[in-house]
Amino acid sequence: MRYGRGPEILHDLDLDLAPGAFHFLTGASGAGKSTLLRLLYLAERPTRGRVFLFDRDIAQVPQRELPGLRRQIGVVFQDFRLLDHLSALDNVALPMRVAGAREDTIREHVVDLLRWVGLENFVNAKPSTLSGGQQQRIAIARAVITRPQLLLADEPTGNVDDAIALRLLHLFEELNRRGTTVVIATHNEALIERFGYPTLEIENGRVRHRAGRARAG
Amino acid sequence: MAGSGIAPAERGRADDMARARTLPLHQDGSTRFLPWLIALMVFLAALAVGAAFALDTALERWNDGLRGTLTVQLPRPAGGGPLAPATMEAALAAMRAVPGIVSAVPLDAAAQSALLKPWLGDNADAVELPLPVLVDLRLAAGASIDDAALARKLDHLVPGARVETHGAWLDQLFRLASMVEIGTAAIVLLIGSVAIVTVIFTTRTGLMIHAPVVDLLHLMGAPNLYIARQFQWHAFRLGVRGGVIGLVLALLAFGALYLAAQQGAATADLMPGFRLPIGAWISVLALPLGMGLAGLMTARITVLRALARMP
Repeated sequence: MRYGRGPEILHDLDLDLAPGAFHFLTGASGAGKSTLLRLLYLAERPTRGRVFLFDRDIAQVPQRELPGLRRQIGVVFQDFRLLDHLSALDNVALPMRVAGAREDTIREHVVDLLRWVGLENFVNAKPSTLSGGQQQRIAIARAVITRPQLLLADEPTGNVDDAIALRLLHLFEELNRRGTTVVIATHNEALIERFGYPTLEIENGRVRHRAGRARAG
Repeated sequence: MAGSGIAPAERGRADDMARARTLPLHQDGSTRFLPWLIALMVFLAALAVGAAFALDTALERWNDGLRGTLTVQLPRPAGGGPLAPATMEAALAAMRAVPGIVSAVPLDAAAQSALLKPWLGDNADAVELPLPVLVDLRLAAGASIDDAALARKLDHLVPGARVETHGAWLDQLFRLASMVEIGTAAIVLLIGSVAIVTVIFTTRTGLMIHAPVVDLLHLMGAPNLYIARQFQWHAFRLGVRGGVIGLVLALLAFGALYLAAQQGAATADLMPGFRLPIGAWISVLALPLGMGLAGLMTARITVLRALARMP
Protein backbone atom coordinates (compact mmCIF):
# COMPACT_ATOMS: atom_id res chain seq x y z
CA MET A 1 0.00 0.00 0.00
CA ARG A 2 1.38 3.41 -0.96
CA TYR A 3 -0.02 6.93 -1.37
CA GLY A 4 0.54 8.27 -4.86
CA ARG A 5 4.15 7.74 -5.83
CA GLY A 6 5.35 7.72 -2.24
CA PRO A 7 7.10 4.83 -0.53
CA GLU A 8 5.27 1.61 0.26
CA ILE A 9 3.82 2.00 3.71
CA LEU A 10 2.57 -1.52 4.11
CA HIS A 11 3.80 -4.57 2.23
CA ASP A 12 3.77 -8.35 2.43
CA LEU A 13 0.69 -7.99 4.58
CA ASP A 14 -1.07 -11.23 5.38
CA LEU A 15 -3.72 -10.52 7.93
CA ASP A 16 -6.75 -12.56 8.82
CA LEU A 17 -9.15 -11.20 11.40
CA ALA A 18 -11.49 -13.92 12.53
CA PRO A 19 -15.08 -12.91 13.19
CA GLY A 20 -15.48 -11.99 16.83
CA ALA A 21 -11.74 -11.44 17.37
CA PHE A 22 -10.30 -8.67 19.51
CA HIS A 23 -6.93 -7.22 18.50
CA PHE A 24 -4.75 -4.37 19.55
CA LEU A 25 -2.80 -2.68 16.77
CA THR A 26 0.42 -1.06 17.74
CA GLY A 27 3.58 0.35 16.24
CA ALA A 28 5.64 3.50 16.20
CA SER A 29 4.15 6.76 14.95
CA GLY A 30 4.09 6.71 11.16
CA ALA A 31 4.45 2.92 11.06
CA GLY A 32 1.19 2.55 9.14
CA LYS A 33 -1.44 1.84 11.80
CA SER A 34 -3.83 4.44 10.45
CA THR A 35 -3.19 3.29 6.89
CA LEU A 36 -4.07 -0.26 7.83
CA LEU A 37 -7.23 0.95 9.50
CA ARG A 38 -8.07 3.06 6.42
CA LEU A 39 -7.75 -0.07 4.29
CA LEU A 40 -10.07 -1.89 6.66
CA TYR A 41 -12.74 0.79 6.77
CA LEU A 42 -12.61 1.12 2.99
CA ALA A 43 -11.24 4.63 2.82
CA GLU A 44 -8.41 3.35 0.63
CA ARG A 45 -7.97 0.65 -1.94
CA PRO A 46 -4.72 -1.32 -1.81
CA THR A 47 -2.30 -0.42 -4.61
CA ARG A 48 -1.71 -4.14 -4.94
CA GLY A 49 -3.07 -7.18 -3.21
CA ARG A 50 -6.62 -7.84 -2.09
CA VAL A 51 -8.84 -7.05 0.84
CA PHE A 52 -11.60 -9.42 1.84
CA LEU A 53 -14.22 -8.06 4.17
CA PHE A 54 -17.09 -10.12 5.52
CA ASP A 55 -16.01 -12.86 3.08
CA ARG A 56 -16.24 -10.53 0.09
CA ASP A 57 -13.42 -9.39 -2.17
CA ILE A 58 -13.73 -5.61 -1.99
CA ALA A 59 -12.39 -5.21 -5.53
CA GLN A 60 -15.33 -7.27 -6.79
CA VAL A 61 -18.04 -5.54 -4.77
CA PRO A 62 -20.22 -3.28 -6.94
CA GLN A 63 -20.07 0.41 -6.03
CA ARG A 64 -23.72 0.44 -4.99
CA GLU A 65 -23.12 -2.26 -2.37
CA LEU A 66 -20.17 -0.56 -0.69
CA PRO A 67 -22.30 1.72 1.55
CA GLY A 68 -23.99 -1.38 2.97
CA LEU A 69 -20.60 -2.88 3.80
CA ARG A 70 -19.38 0.37 5.34
CA ARG A 71 -22.43 0.49 7.60
CA GLN A 72 -21.24 -2.74 9.18
CA ILE A 73 -18.01 -1.01 10.23
CA GLY A 74 -17.77 1.37 13.16
CA VAL A 75 -14.80 3.72 13.22
CA VAL A 76 -13.39 5.84 16.02
CA PHE A 77 -11.17 8.36 14.28
CA GLN A 78 -8.04 9.64 15.94
CA ASP A 79 -9.20 13.24 15.40
CA PHE A 80 -12.81 12.26 16.32
CA ARG A 81 -14.25 13.95 13.20
CA LEU A 82 -17.31 15.19 15.01
CA LEU A 83 -19.55 17.65 13.20
CA ASP A 84 -19.37 20.97 14.99
CA HIS A 85 -22.73 22.22 13.75
CA LEU A 86 -24.53 19.23 15.27
CA SER A 87 -25.22 18.49 18.92
CA ALA A 88 -23.73 15.51 20.72
CA LEU A 89 -27.08 13.80 20.22
CA ASP A 90 -27.13 14.41 16.48
CA ASN A 91 -23.50 13.40 16.07
CA VAL A 92 -24.12 10.05 17.72
CA ALA A 93 -27.34 9.63 15.74
CA LEU A 94 -25.58 10.08 12.41
CA PRO A 95 -24.84 6.42 11.54
CA MET A 96 -28.41 5.39 12.35
CA ARG A 97 -29.84 8.25 10.37
CA VAL A 98 -27.59 7.41 7.44
CA ALA A 99 -28.83 3.84 7.66
CA GLY A 100 -32.41 5.09 7.46
CA ALA A 101 -33.46 4.09 10.99
CA ARG A 102 -36.72 5.43 12.41
CA GLU A 103 -36.43 8.60 14.44
CA ASP A 104 -38.02 7.12 17.56
CA THR A 105 -35.58 4.21 17.47
CA ILE A 106 -32.70 6.61 16.94
CA ARG A 107 -33.80 8.75 19.87
CA GLU A 108 -34.07 5.80 22.21
CA HIS A 109 -30.70 4.29 21.30
CA VAL A 110 -28.75 7.53 21.20
CA VAL A 111 -29.87 8.84 24.56
CA ASP A 112 -29.26 5.47 26.20
CA LEU A 113 -25.77 5.33 24.77
CA LEU A 114 -24.94 8.89 25.76
CA ARG A 115 -26.02 8.02 29.26
CA TRP A 116 -23.82 4.95 29.16
CA VAL A 117 -20.74 6.94 28.21
CA GLY A 118 -21.53 9.44 30.95
CA LEU A 119 -22.66 12.31 28.74
CA GLU A 120 -26.37 12.34 29.53
CA ASN A 121 -26.06 15.97 30.61
CA PHE A 122 -24.46 17.01 27.34
CA VAL A 123 -26.96 15.77 24.77
CA ASN A 124 -27.51 19.25 23.38
CA ALA A 125 -23.91 20.38 23.64
CA LYS A 126 -21.97 21.20 20.51
CA PRO A 127 -18.63 19.35 20.28
CA SER A 128 -16.65 22.58 20.39
CA THR A 129 -17.93 23.21 23.92
CA LEU A 130 -16.79 19.80 25.19
CA SER A 131 -13.43 18.65 26.47
CA GLY A 132 -11.20 16.35 24.42
CA GLY A 133 -12.21 13.38 26.53
CA GLN A 134 -15.91 14.13 26.16
CA GLN A 135 -15.51 14.51 22.42
CA GLN A 136 -13.73 11.19 22.30
CA ARG A 137 -16.59 9.49 24.13
CA ILE A 138 -19.06 10.95 21.65
CA ALA A 139 -16.90 9.68 18.80
CA ILE A 140 -16.91 6.23 20.39
CA ALA A 141 -20.66 6.32 20.98
CA ARG A 142 -21.13 7.23 17.32
CA ALA A 143 -18.93 4.33 16.23
CA VAL A 144 -20.81 1.73 18.25
CA ILE A 145 -24.38 3.02 17.99
CA THR A 146 -25.24 0.61 15.17
CA ARG A 147 -23.50 -2.34 16.84
CA PRO A 148 -21.22 -2.88 13.86
CA GLN A 149 -19.71 -6.21 12.88
CA LEU A 150 -16.26 -4.64 12.81
CA LEU A 151 -15.12 -1.87 15.13
CA LEU A 152 -11.93 0.00 14.29
CA ALA A 153 -10.62 2.53 16.77
CA ASP A 154 -7.61 4.76 16.25
CA GLU A 155 -6.18 5.75 19.63
CA PRO A 156 -9.61 5.76 21.29
CA THR A 157 -8.24 6.30 24.78
CA GLY A 158 -5.69 8.94 23.94
CA ASN A 159 -7.55 11.84 25.56
CA VAL A 160 -9.28 10.25 28.50
CA ASP A 161 -8.15 9.42 32.00
CA ASP A 162 -7.46 5.87 33.07
CA ALA A 163 -10.87 5.31 34.60
CA ILE A 164 -12.69 6.39 31.43
CA ALA A 165 -10.20 4.44 29.31
CA LEU A 166 -10.98 1.28 31.24
CA ARG A 167 -14.69 1.94 30.95
CA LEU A 168 -14.42 2.43 27.18
CA LEU A 169 -12.36 -0.73 26.82
CA HIS A 170 -15.05 -2.58 28.73
CA LEU A 171 -17.59 -1.20 26.30
CA PHE A 172 -15.51 -2.53 23.41
CA GLU A 173 -15.26 -5.87 25.18
CA GLU A 174 -19.03 -5.97 25.61
CA LEU A 175 -19.49 -5.31 21.92
CA ASN A 176 -16.90 -7.97 21.17
CA ARG A 177 -18.78 -10.47 23.33
CA ARG A 178 -21.85 -9.74 21.20
CA GLY A 179 -19.90 -10.74 18.10
CA THR A 180 -18.24 -7.54 16.96
CA THR A 181 -14.70 -7.90 15.70
CA VAL A 182 -12.62 -5.19 17.37
CA VAL A 183 -9.28 -3.67 16.31
CA ILE A 184 -7.88 -0.93 18.52
CA ALA A 185 -4.82 1.02 17.48
CA THR A 186 -3.03 2.29 20.55
CA HIS A 187 0.33 3.23 21.98
CA ASN A 188 -0.88 2.43 25.46
CA GLU A 189 1.23 -0.62 26.36
CA ALA A 190 -0.25 -0.71 29.84
CA LEU A 191 -3.71 -1.12 28.39
CA ILE A 192 -2.50 -3.81 26.00
CA GLU A 193 -0.82 -5.60 28.88
CA ARG A 194 -3.85 -5.25 31.13
CA PHE A 195 -6.39 -6.64 28.66
CA GLY A 196 -4.06 -9.20 27.16
CA TYR A 197 -5.63 -9.52 23.74
CA PRO A 198 -3.56 -10.48 20.66
CA THR A 199 -1.59 -7.63 19.18
CA LEU A 200 -0.74 -6.73 15.59
CA GLU A 201 2.52 -4.85 15.62
CA ILE A 202 3.54 -2.88 12.55
CA GLU A 203 7.24 -2.47 11.99
CA ASN A 204 9.00 -1.53 8.77
CA GLY A 205 5.76 -1.85 6.83
CA ARG A 206 5.17 -5.42 7.95
CA VAL A 207 2.69 -6.72 10.46
CA ARG A 208 3.91 -9.01 13.23
CA HIS A 209 1.42 -11.05 15.23
CA ARG A 210 1.86 -11.18 18.96
CA ALA A 211 -0.26 -13.71 20.74
CA GLY A 212 -2.40 -12.59 23.61
CA ARG A 213 -2.94 -14.16 26.94
CA ALA A 214 -5.87 -14.77 29.14
CA ARG A 215 -7.20 -11.42 30.42
CA ALA A 216 -5.99 -10.46 33.85
CA GLY A 217 -9.23 -8.61 34.72
CA MET B 1 -25.82 -0.94 27.44
CA ALA B 2 -27.91 0.98 29.82
CA GLY B 3 -31.52 1.50 29.01
CA SER B 4 -33.77 4.19 30.44
CA GLY B 5 -36.12 6.94 29.42
CA ILE B 6 -35.35 10.45 28.29
CA ALA B 7 -36.08 13.61 30.21
CA PRO B 8 -38.88 15.71 28.63
CA ALA B 9 -36.50 18.50 27.72
CA GLU B 10 -34.27 15.99 26.02
CA ARG B 11 -37.26 14.53 24.25
CA GLY B 12 -38.17 17.91 22.81
CA ARG B 13 -34.65 18.31 21.63
CA ALA B 14 -34.60 14.80 20.29
CA ASP B 15 -37.62 15.63 18.17
CA ASP B 16 -35.43 18.14 16.43
CA MET B 17 -33.07 15.39 15.39
CA ALA B 18 -35.17 14.57 12.37
CA ARG B 19 -34.70 18.10 11.19
CA ALA B 20 -30.98 18.20 11.84
CA ARG B 21 -29.05 18.98 8.71
CA THR B 22 -26.07 16.73 8.38
CA LEU B 23 -24.39 19.02 5.90
CA PRO B 24 -24.39 22.66 7.01
CA LEU B 25 -25.05 23.92 3.50
CA HIS B 26 -27.26 26.74 4.83
CA GLN B 27 -24.19 28.21 6.54
CA ASP B 28 -22.27 28.15 3.30
CA GLY B 29 -21.11 31.61 2.26
CA SER B 30 -20.31 30.45 -1.26
CA THR B 31 -24.02 30.20 -2.11
CA ARG B 32 -25.02 33.54 -0.59
CA PHE B 33 -25.16 35.28 -3.96
CA LEU B 34 -26.68 32.39 -5.90
CA PRO B 35 -30.31 33.47 -5.35
CA TRP B 36 -29.48 36.96 -6.64
CA LEU B 37 -27.75 35.56 -9.72
CA ILE B 38 -30.74 33.33 -10.36
CA ALA B 39 -33.08 36.26 -9.70
CA LEU B 40 -31.32 38.23 -12.42
CA MET B 41 -31.48 35.29 -14.83
CA VAL B 42 -35.18 34.71 -14.16
CA PHE B 43 -35.85 38.43 -14.55
CA LEU B 44 -34.12 38.50 -17.95
CA ALA B 45 -35.77 35.26 -19.06
CA ALA B 46 -39.18 36.56 -18.00
CA LEU B 47 -38.63 39.79 -19.93
CA ALA B 48 -37.55 37.84 -23.02
CA VAL B 49 -40.53 35.49 -22.79
CA GLY B 50 -42.89 38.39 -22.11
CA ALA B 51 -41.55 40.38 -25.04
CA ALA B 52 -41.88 37.44 -27.43
CA PHE B 53 -45.43 36.70 -26.33
CA ALA B 54 -46.42 40.38 -26.40
CA LEU B 55 -45.12 40.73 -29.97
CA ASP B 56 -46.92 37.57 -30.98
CA THR B 57 -50.15 38.84 -29.45
CA ALA B 58 -49.83 42.22 -31.19
CA LEU B 59 -49.23 40.51 -34.54
CA GLU B 60 -52.19 38.21 -34.04
CA ARG B 61 -54.38 41.23 -33.33
CA TRP B 62 -53.13 43.02 -36.46
CA ASN B 63 -53.61 39.87 -38.49
CA ASP B 64 -57.14 39.40 -37.17
CA GLY B 65 -57.93 43.02 -38.00
CA LEU B 66 -56.65 42.71 -41.54
CA ARG B 67 -57.91 39.22 -42.33
CA GLY B 68 -60.56 39.32 -45.08
CA THR B 69 -59.74 42.87 -46.15
CA LEU B 70 -57.88 44.43 -49.07
CA THR B 71 -57.13 48.00 -49.89
CA VAL B 72 -57.26 49.38 -53.40
CA GLN B 73 -55.34 52.53 -54.26
CA LEU B 74 -56.69 54.54 -57.18
CA PRO B 75 -54.28 57.33 -58.15
CA ARG B 76 -55.76 60.74 -58.81
CA PRO B 77 -55.33 62.20 -62.29
CA ALA B 78 -52.27 64.31 -63.00
CA GLY B 79 -52.80 67.73 -61.45
CA GLY B 80 -54.30 66.31 -58.26
CA GLY B 81 -57.98 66.72 -59.00
CA PRO B 82 -60.59 64.21 -57.93
CA LEU B 83 -61.32 61.08 -59.93
CA ALA B 84 -64.12 61.45 -62.42
CA PRO B 85 -67.33 60.04 -60.86
CA ALA B 86 -67.83 57.78 -63.85
CA THR B 87 -64.33 56.36 -63.52
CA MET B 88 -64.83 55.88 -59.81
CA GLU B 89 -68.16 54.11 -60.36
CA ALA B 90 -66.65 51.89 -63.04
CA ALA B 91 -63.80 50.93 -60.75
CA LEU B 92 -66.13 50.17 -57.86
CA ALA B 93 -68.38 48.13 -60.13
CA ALA B 94 -65.39 46.16 -61.33
CA MET B 95 -64.42 45.42 -57.76
CA ARG B 96 -67.92 44.43 -56.66
CA ALA B 97 -68.21 42.13 -59.66
CA VAL B 98 -65.42 39.92 -58.40
CA PRO B 99 -66.82 36.80 -56.70
CA GLY B 100 -65.94 36.83 -52.97
CA ILE B 101 -65.94 40.59 -52.56
CA VAL B 102 -68.91 41.57 -50.42
CA SER B 103 -68.26 45.29 -50.22
CA ALA B 104 -66.11 48.00 -51.82
CA VAL B 105 -66.32 51.30 -49.94
CA PRO B 106 -64.17 54.33 -50.77
CA LEU B 107 -62.72 56.04 -47.72
CA ASP B 108 -63.97 59.54 -47.21
CA ALA B 109 -61.73 62.46 -46.30
CA ALA B 110 -62.32 62.01 -42.56
CA ALA B 111 -61.32 58.33 -42.70
CA GLN B 112 -58.19 59.17 -44.70
CA SER B 113 -57.28 61.87 -42.20
CA ALA B 114 -57.72 59.34 -39.38
CA LEU B 115 -55.26 57.02 -41.15
CA LEU B 116 -52.73 59.83 -41.45
CA LYS B 117 -53.16 60.98 -37.87
CA PRO B 118 -50.56 58.62 -36.32
CA TRP B 119 -47.90 60.06 -38.64
CA LEU B 120 -49.00 63.62 -39.17
CA GLY B 121 -51.03 64.39 -36.07
CA ASP B 122 -54.32 66.25 -35.76
CA ASN B 123 -53.58 68.55 -38.68
CA ALA B 124 -53.45 65.73 -41.22
CA ASP B 125 -56.56 66.90 -43.07
CA ALA B 126 -55.05 70.32 -43.52
CA VAL B 127 -52.05 69.05 -45.35
CA GLU B 128 -52.26 69.10 -49.11
CA LEU B 129 -50.89 65.78 -50.30
CA PRO B 130 -51.39 63.96 -53.62
CA LEU B 131 -53.06 61.03 -51.90
CA PRO B 132 -54.73 58.26 -53.91
CA VAL B 133 -58.31 57.33 -53.35
CA LEU B 134 -58.45 54.39 -51.01
CA VAL B 135 -61.12 51.73 -51.34
CA ASP B 136 -61.73 49.28 -48.53
CA LEU B 137 -62.62 45.82 -49.85
CA ARG B 138 -64.25 43.22 -47.62
CA LEU B 139 -64.18 39.57 -48.56
CA ALA B 140 -66.71 36.91 -47.71
CA ALA B 141 -65.63 34.57 -44.88
CA GLY B 142 -63.06 32.14 -46.21
CA ALA B 143 -63.07 33.70 -49.67
CA SER B 144 -59.93 34.45 -51.62
CA ILE B 145 -59.56 36.41 -54.81
CA ASP B 146 -57.01 36.75 -57.59
CA ASP B 147 -55.67 40.12 -56.54
CA ALA B 148 -53.29 40.32 -59.56
CA ALA B 149 -56.18 39.88 -61.99
CA LEU B 150 -58.17 42.53 -60.14
CA ALA B 151 -55.20 44.89 -60.25
CA ARG B 152 -54.85 44.38 -64.02
CA LYS B 153 -58.55 44.99 -64.54
CA LEU B 154 -58.46 48.17 -62.44
CA ASP B 155 -55.31 49.36 -64.16
CA HIS B 156 -57.24 49.54 -67.42
CA LEU B 157 -59.81 51.78 -65.77
CA VAL B 158 -57.49 53.83 -63.55
CA PRO B 159 -53.87 53.63 -64.67
CA GLY B 160 -51.57 52.98 -61.75
CA ALA B 161 -54.27 51.31 -59.59
CA ARG B 162 -52.89 48.96 -56.97
CA VAL B 163 -54.41 46.20 -54.88
CA GLU B 164 -52.82 45.92 -51.44
CA THR B 165 -53.41 42.57 -49.80
CA HIS B 166 -51.35 43.46 -46.67
CA GLY B 167 -49.72 40.05 -47.11
CA ALA B 168 -46.24 41.33 -47.91
CA TRP B 169 -45.72 43.46 -44.81
CA LEU B 170 -47.57 40.97 -42.62
CA ASP B 171 -45.20 38.28 -43.92
CA GLN B 172 -42.28 40.48 -42.98
CA LEU B 173 -43.74 41.07 -39.54
CA PHE B 174 -44.31 37.37 -39.02
CA ARG B 175 -40.76 36.66 -40.17
CA LEU B 176 -39.60 39.24 -37.65
CA ALA B 177 -41.79 37.62 -34.99
CA SER B 178 -40.30 34.20 -35.81
CA MET B 179 -36.81 35.62 -35.48
CA VAL B 180 -37.74 37.20 -32.17
CA GLU B 181 -39.16 33.87 -30.98
CA ILE B 182 -35.98 32.05 -32.00
CA GLY B 183 -33.94 34.76 -30.34
CA THR B 184 -36.04 34.46 -27.18
CA ALA B 185 -35.64 30.69 -27.15
CA ALA B 186 -31.87 31.17 -27.56
CA ILE B 187 -31.78 33.72 -24.73
CA VAL B 188 -33.79 31.45 -22.42
CA LEU B 189 -31.54 28.51 -23.38
CA LEU B 190 -28.46 30.63 -22.73
CA ILE B 191 -29.80 31.81 -19.39
CA GLY B 192 -30.68 28.23 -18.47
CA SER B 193 -27.16 27.09 -19.45
CA VAL B 194 -25.57 29.84 -17.38
CA ALA B 195 -27.80 28.89 -14.44
CA ILE B 196 -26.79 25.25 -14.77
CA VAL B 197 -23.09 26.11 -14.98
CA THR B 198 -23.49 28.36 -11.94
CA VAL B 199 -25.16 25.59 -9.96
CA ILE B 200 -22.44 23.12 -11.02
CA PHE B 201 -19.79 25.58 -9.87
CA THR B 202 -21.44 26.32 -6.52
CA THR B 203 -22.18 22.63 -5.91
CA ARG B 204 -18.56 21.71 -6.57
CA THR B 205 -17.47 24.52 -4.28
CA GLY B 206 -19.88 23.19 -1.66
CA LEU B 207 -18.43 19.71 -2.07
CA MET B 208 -14.93 21.11 -1.53
CA ILE B 209 -15.96 23.22 1.47
CA HIS B 210 -17.79 20.32 3.07
CA ALA B 211 -15.37 17.61 1.94
CA PRO B 212 -14.63 16.48 5.53
CA VAL B 213 -18.34 15.98 6.26
CA VAL B 214 -19.00 14.35 2.89
CA ASP B 215 -16.02 12.06 3.44
CA LEU B 216 -17.27 11.15 6.92
CA LEU B 217 -20.77 10.37 5.67
CA HIS B 218 -19.28 8.35 2.83
CA LEU B 219 -17.20 6.29 5.28
CA MET B 220 -20.22 5.77 7.52
CA GLY B 221 -21.94 4.11 4.62
CA ALA B 222 -24.25 6.91 3.61
CA PRO B 223 -25.72 6.04 0.23
CA ASN B 224 -24.64 8.52 -2.42
CA LEU B 225 -28.25 9.59 -2.79
CA TYR B 226 -28.40 10.49 0.92
CA ILE B 227 -25.61 13.02 0.36
CA ALA B 228 -26.84 14.13 -3.05
CA ARG B 229 -30.34 14.82 -1.69
CA GLN B 230 -29.01 17.37 0.76
CA PHE B 231 -27.24 19.27 -2.02
CA GLN B 232 -30.15 18.96 -4.44
CA TRP B 233 -32.79 20.31 -2.05
CA HIS B 234 -30.45 23.10 -1.01
CA ALA B 235 -30.02 24.02 -4.69
CA PHE B 236 -33.78 23.72 -5.19
CA ARG B 237 -34.50 26.12 -2.32
CA LEU B 238 -31.94 28.62 -3.58
CA GLY B 239 -33.26 28.32 -7.14
CA VAL B 240 -36.87 28.86 -6.14
CA ARG B 241 -35.94 31.71 -3.79
CA GLY B 242 -33.94 33.44 -6.53
CA GLY B 243 -36.64 32.64 -9.05
CA VAL B 244 -39.35 34.25 -6.93
CA ILE B 245 -37.25 37.40 -6.49
CA GLY B 246 -36.66 37.53 -10.26
CA LEU B 247 -40.35 36.91 -10.91
CA VAL B 248 -41.41 39.76 -8.63
CA LEU B 249 -38.98 42.08 -10.42
CA ALA B 250 -40.30 40.89 -13.78
CA LEU B 251 -43.91 41.45 -12.72
CA LEU B 252 -43.01 44.98 -11.65
CA ALA B 253 -41.38 45.50 -15.04
CA PHE B 254 -44.46 44.14 -16.81
CA GLY B 255 -46.61 46.50 -14.78
CA ALA B 256 -44.43 49.42 -15.80
CA LEU B 257 -44.53 48.33 -19.46
CA TYR B 258 -48.29 47.98 -19.30
CA LEU B 259 -48.69 51.48 -17.89
CA ALA B 260 -46.24 52.87 -20.45
CA ALA B 261 -48.11 51.14 -23.27
CA GLN B 262 -51.44 52.46 -21.97
CA GLN B 263 -50.04 55.95 -21.81
CA GLY B 264 -48.41 55.56 -25.21
CA ALA B 265 -51.62 54.25 -26.76
CA ALA B 266 -53.43 57.32 -25.46
CA THR B 267 -51.01 59.65 -27.19
CA ALA B 268 -49.85 57.62 -30.19
CA ASP B 269 -52.31 55.53 -32.16
CA LEU B 270 -49.60 53.24 -33.55
CA MET B 271 -48.40 52.11 -30.10
CA PRO B 272 -49.60 48.57 -29.49
CA GLY B 273 -50.94 47.72 -26.04
CA PHE B 274 -48.87 45.47 -23.75
CA ARG B 275 -50.89 42.34 -23.18
CA LEU B 276 -49.71 38.85 -22.35
CA PRO B 277 -51.72 35.74 -23.21
CA ILE B 278 -52.35 33.04 -20.62
CA GLY B 279 -49.51 30.94 -22.08
CA ALA B 280 -47.06 33.74 -21.33
CA TRP B 281 -48.28 34.04 -17.75
CA ILE B 282 -47.95 30.29 -17.25
CA SER B 283 -44.44 30.33 -18.76
CA VAL B 284 -43.30 33.29 -16.66
CA LEU B 285 -44.90 32.06 -13.43
CA ALA B 286 -43.32 28.63 -13.97
CA LEU B 287 -39.82 30.11 -14.21
CA PRO B 288 -39.01 29.98 -10.45
CA LEU B 289 -40.14 26.37 -10.21
CA GLY B 290 -38.28 25.55 -13.42
CA MET B 291 -35.15 27.19 -12.07
CA GLY B 292 -35.52 25.27 -8.81
CA LEU B 293 -35.93 21.97 -10.63
CA ALA B 294 -32.99 22.73 -12.92
CA GLY B 295 -30.88 23.47 -9.83
CA LEU B 296 -32.10 20.32 -8.14
CA MET B 297 -31.22 18.04 -11.05
CA THR B 298 -27.91 19.77 -11.71
CA ALA B 299 -26.79 19.54 -8.08
CA ARG B 300 -27.91 15.93 -7.86
CA ILE B 301 -26.00 14.86 -10.97
CA THR B 302 -22.92 16.88 -9.97
CA VAL B 303 -22.78 15.31 -6.50
CA LEU B 304 -23.48 11.78 -7.70
CA ARG B 305 -20.71 12.06 -10.30
CA ALA B 306 -18.28 13.36 -7.68
CA LEU B 307 -19.18 10.64 -5.19
CA ALA B 308 -18.82 7.94 -7.83
CA ARG B 309 -15.14 8.87 -8.03
CA MET B 310 -14.58 8.26 -4.32
CA PRO B 311 -13.05 4.93 -3.21
